[in-house]
Amino acid sequence: MKRIITFIVTILVLSGVMAVSSPGLLDKVRLGLDLKGGFEILYEAQPIEAGQKVTTESLNQTAKSLEKRANVLGTSEPEVTTEGANRIRLKIAGVTDEAEVRKKMKEPANLTFRSANGCKDATDFCKIELLGSDFKENGAEVRYNTLNQPEISITVKDKAKFAEVTKRLIGKELGIYLDETQLSAPVVNSELTDGNASITGNYTMEEANTIRDTINLGALPLKLTEKYSQSVGATLGKQSLDKTIQAGLIASAFILIFMIGMYRLPGILASFALILHTWLLILVFVAADFTLTLPGIAAFILGIGMAVDANIITNERIREEMRNGRSVMSAVKLGNKSSFRTILDSNITTIIVAGVMFAYGTGAVKGFALVLIVEIVLSIATNVYFSHFLLTLLVKAGLLKKPKQFGVKESEIRAL
Amino acid sequence: MRFKKEFDFVGVSKYFYTISIILTIVGIICLSVFGLNYGVDFRAGSNVDISTSKALTSAEVQPILKEIGIGEDASITPGDKRINIRFTEVLNEDQDHALKAAILKLDKTASFEINTVDTEMAKELGRNAIYAVLISCIGIIIYVGIRFEWRFALAAILALLHDAFMVITVFSIFRLEVDLIFITAVLTIIGYSINDTIVIFDRIRENLRFSKTKTHDDIVVLVNKSVNQMILRSLYTALTVFIAAFFLYLFGGESIKMFSLAMVIGLVFGAYSSIFIASPFWVLLKSKQKTQKASNPSKV
Repeated sequence: MKRIITFIVTILVLSGVMAVSSPGLLDKVRLGLDLKGGFEILYEAQPIEAGQKVTTESLNQTAKSLEKRANVLGTSEPEVTTEGANRIRLKIAGVTDEAEVRKKMKEPANLTFRSANGCKDATDFCKIELLGSDFKENGAEVRYNTLNQPEISITVKDKAKFAEVTKRLIGKELGIYLDETQLSAPVVNSELTDGNASITGNYTMEEANTIRDTINLGALPLKLTEKYSQSVGATLGKQSLDKTIQAGLIASAFILIFMIGMYRLPGILASFALILHTWLLILVFVAADFTLTLPGIAAFILGIGMAVDANIITNERIREEMRNGRSVMSAVKLGNKSSFRTILDSNITTIIVAGVMFAYGTGAVKGFALVLIVEIVLSIATNVYFSHFLLTLLVKAGLLKKPKQFGVKESEIRAL
Repeated sequence: MRFKKEFDFVGVSKYFYTISIILTIVGIICLSVFGLNYGVDFRAGSNVDISTSKALTSAEVQPILKEIGIGEDASITPGDKRINIRFTEVLNEDQDHALKAAILKLDKTASFEINTVDTEMAKELGRNAIYAVLISCIGIIIYVGIRFEWRFALAAILALLHDAFMVITVFSIFRLEVDLIFITAVLTIIGYSINDTIVIFDRIRENLRFSKTKTHDDIVVLVNKSVNQMILRSLYTALTVFIAAFFLYLFGGESIKMFSLAMVIGLVFGAYSSIFIASPFWVLLKSKQKTQKASNPSKV
């Protein structure tokens, strides 16, 4: 009696928790770009000056600046990650004007201060004296000068370097360039030792603010080239999501019907374990803040197929023991025990493959592998331990005592 | 124990070996003559998928491309309310923009999916895929070698390489597009194939423990018995996963269609190879050991 109550309470509580939490949980699953639209770009970073190296620091710095820019542009949840030694992956969802964002992201790549030192022409600013990376992050400010005109003050990182440049260029022009556009070309009046400089010109306040923002954002230490890009329209993403979920539901329904038809009561228990498995997977996704992508859903559905395998192995094993003439109790016990090792071995080999996919894959492949790994671990918890637990409870409670309830015909049973 | 009429899986394996060898040769010829139809992931270029409210034809799209000055050799594949354009060159931002604007003029509700891969990147993806397959194999050899023995590992690897190769062959013959997701599918097939093989091997190992196999015939009987015991499980599992993959293929999103198709093909080969290739191959390896060490037969 106690066991029946335990069984019923377990089922009811879990069903209740799943039913109540599912709608909220599903809403919280973070969808990938392929499911909600957006774009992803993989940049390769190169040093702005030839011969220099891309350091981890400069790469991280660049990634940070990119993220800042994306935020300034008002995009929702930009995701910027560095990859390997010189790559940055950028993901932005729900952008209406993609081209604009893309352009802005890498546009002010080169803030340079140039002199005409050794150039053919005095107006030909060919020598780069200072780079955007020489200026302090967020160091640019707009203020009013004595003539009540807006000017932009900037701060350099290395005072000595700036002093040296300005000393050398006294009386000469120092061109301030954003890529190939000259912002201003002030004449250096004196050696600047405090590391501050100001850009003056006939700017309106608005212009000055734009230049300031550009300089602040423009301190990209590295040059970026697009190596891979994927952009998905929002409608298309939604379409893929709906279609794939629909396919998943049909497949799942088929699998559950198959399990119940094949294994009767244990099949129902297995189906319950499968539903629990799916719910836990979604829970893990939300808790760990994973992003669900289309290949992820594929792994999800196929993983259910694989979880079914664990149930089939166990149930077939139990049936086999029964056909060999064992009692229901000992058949379940033996079946659970010997199927466990098989399931573990077969699942670990799949984890090895998934682990390699995770290590060597990028983007979609990584997501797929991650879902597969999580699923296998969860599958062992739910479709092995939990399934066994429920089955043993019922058998011990005396509710499952006839081989027929396992789909085994009396005529198939032979003497031990 | 009562004797039940059992199917002689090992006996018929020579026919299946022949079939597999023929298929492998066909595959090698096919791959070396036609190669694979690489998607944008591996060949560099841009792939544009457009979902529209009405059917667009190539004839409608062609002039647009011409006007923008791109895609002289682009392949345009119209579908039901969608159209795919595959460029061999990498679309730059302006071209990308121009294309979108032009298509939106034709159909206001058009939705786009654009993938662009740089040549260098494409090469790297391909290289990583090969590494992934090789490292998976090594991992499996190590694990199976420790948990079972090297003969099982070798037979399992043979079967999984066979399955992966068969899927690649089918894709080569039917000119289906091979992209990054396809590689994922192949790796997953490897995962399933090994899963299926291990379950059967596990039974062989278990039966070995309780038997005294002395001759080649003893091993054949034992493997046949094991496979017969596991055949239902193998079929059921293959069926359930097959159905899942098949429904994904039929109803799933466009971008995982090829993935699902590869899975469907791979699952069939996976179930087949575990029974008709891996197990008989293990018999072959095991018998060799027996003739050398007939005096020490019980070692597993």
